[in-house]
Amino acid sequence: MNTDTLISVRQLSRYYGELCAVNKVNFEIKRGQILGFLGPNGAGKSTIMQMLAGTLAPTEGEITIAGYDLIDFPLKAKAAIGYLPEQPPLYRDMLVNEFLTFCAHLHHIPRNQVKKAINYVIEQCNLAQVKNRLIRNLSKGYQQRIGIAQAIIHNPAVVILDEPTIGLDPIQVREIRNLIQMLGQEHSVILSTHILPEVQTVCNHVQIINHGQLILNDTVEGLLAHMHTTRLKVGFRHPPAIEKLQQLQSVSNVSPLETNYFLIEQSFEHSLAELIVEQSVIHGWGLFELTPERQTLEQIFVDLTKAESHDYSALEVV
Amino acid sequence: MWNIAMKELRQLFLSPLAWSILAVVQIILGLVFASTVDSFLQPHVQAELAQISPNGVSLTDFIVVDLLSLTAVIVLLVSPLLTMRLISEERYNKTLPLLLSSPIPITKIVLGKYLGLMIFFVIMLLMILLMPLSLLLGGNLDFGQITSATLGILLFISLFVAIGLYISTLTSHPTVAAISTFGALFVLWIINWVGNGTEEKSELFTYLSIIEHYDGFLKGVVNTEDIIYYLLFITLFLILSIQHLDAERY
Repeated sequence: MNTDTLISVRQLSRYYGELCAVNKVNFEIKRGQILGFLGPNGAGKSTIMQMLAGTLAPTEGEITIAGYDLIDFPLKAKAAIGYLPEQPPLYRDMLVNEFLTFCAHLHHIPRNQVKKAINYVIEQCNLAQVKNRLIRNLSKGYQQRIGIAQAIIHNPAVVILDEPTIGLDPIQVREIRNLIQMLGQEHSVILSTHILPEVQTVCNHVQIINHGQLILNDTVEGLLAHMHTTRLKVGFRHPPAIEKLQQLQSVSNVSPLETNYFLIEQSFEHSLAELIVEQSVIHGWGLFELTPERQTLEQIFVDLTKAESHDYSALEVV
Repeated sequence: MWNIAMKELRQLFLSPLAWSILAVVQIILGLVFASTVDSFLQPHVQAELAQISPNGVSLTDFIVVDLLSLTAVIVLLVSPLLTMRLISEERYNKTLPLLLSSPIPITKIVLGKYLGLMIFFVIMLLMILLMPLSLLLGGNLDFGQITSATLGILLFISLFVAIGLYISTLTSHPTVAAISTFGALFVLWIINWVGNGTEEKSELFTYLSIIEHYDGFLKGVVNTEDIIYYLLFITLFLILSIQHLDAERY
């Protein structure tokens, strides 16, 4: 697969009055990437996506899509994009078929290929059973899929999905994730989410945004490396002194939680769990619970923002 | 553009709103038409008419003009209900991004919506005109005057829809759009009342008044000045709509 750059964003900023929603963001997306925008609510994810889709003008900066500047050649740039906003833009009093036909015409699909395009997305998004039903009467999961169908009907180079799995039940979430992975084989996909596992399962690239700034732009493997510390939550019937736990090999920090519980942090990969079980048996600590704790997105943010401010202070000293 | 116009039209007919408006308009105007025809046939009315002008008042003057000036009143009441949907409903239902992110220039989106609603009004107008045309079965009509009056009401509706479209771009609440549109249209209608009763009438307000530019058409006088008035304001409000929708991205 060729790896030409499909989207390049330079110094993108957006102000809502005084409020700076997006602050000097730069990034590039190449063909075949599934990029996850990760960030807490209100971080500026949707704003960036709206600007990429051309429904919001940037205050500053440039966006180039498939080689066309979004401001100088808006129509050509928009033709290369399929966009699903946070709320799927559906005409609720239309039939699914009718709506997709309208979208196909909107995207200038030649008349003799409209049928083919519709059949293709109906198959891809698994809409065959509902194609002659009113959109109003369909479940949220189906409506979301119609939203995705609408975004890919003209076979765009880039598909932009704003929180595609929000408000769906776990089964629907899995279906949509499978669909996105399938899309990633032919299109570039950008999706936003605030759910970390979603990025891990679906994406191959990740960007973390906080307060309108890009604080991490990496592959998913790179993100996982950021989660280097692992934590274990352990519970003992007969807890040992805290120092004893701290003396264990590779333990970096132990903090007592509620009675009989401890949170043990470890600095590098090592079979700490095994060691604790061993020690518990030898000393009769009465281990009854041992839960590995994943680092939450919140913690990664704290880590990343901390690291960044640390870097800045270091720069100032130099 | 045609795609958007056709979608607009189809959505109108999918909702009960369009059908009920067509039905109500037809019933009201039908009643008025029947009673006008009836009174035209009364001997004492004929006698009165003969006194007004020696040749009598023609069928066209008496019935068609009456019908179309009432149509204007009804359009004043009905058009805000139809124009309110155009943009503000898209915004309310969050479907506007679909149009704005598609490779269609905003000008075409706005014109498409305008065109779609105008086709609806043309259909309504044709149904209304069928009534006077039925008089051909037993009488003579002045086709020149009918054409002129039709052109007049068509321009009249076009302007109302353009104003309604613009106001619809301003808000995301269809009801607000409807009420504001009604207010704006009504003011445009009565603006020449300002200064009534005083010595000098404001020329500007008289010029702005839509009714001053409609009456001529009903009498069968096609005045380029009136046509320019309509075209000027229609273009103005369409451009304003396009500008406003475009500026919204900033």
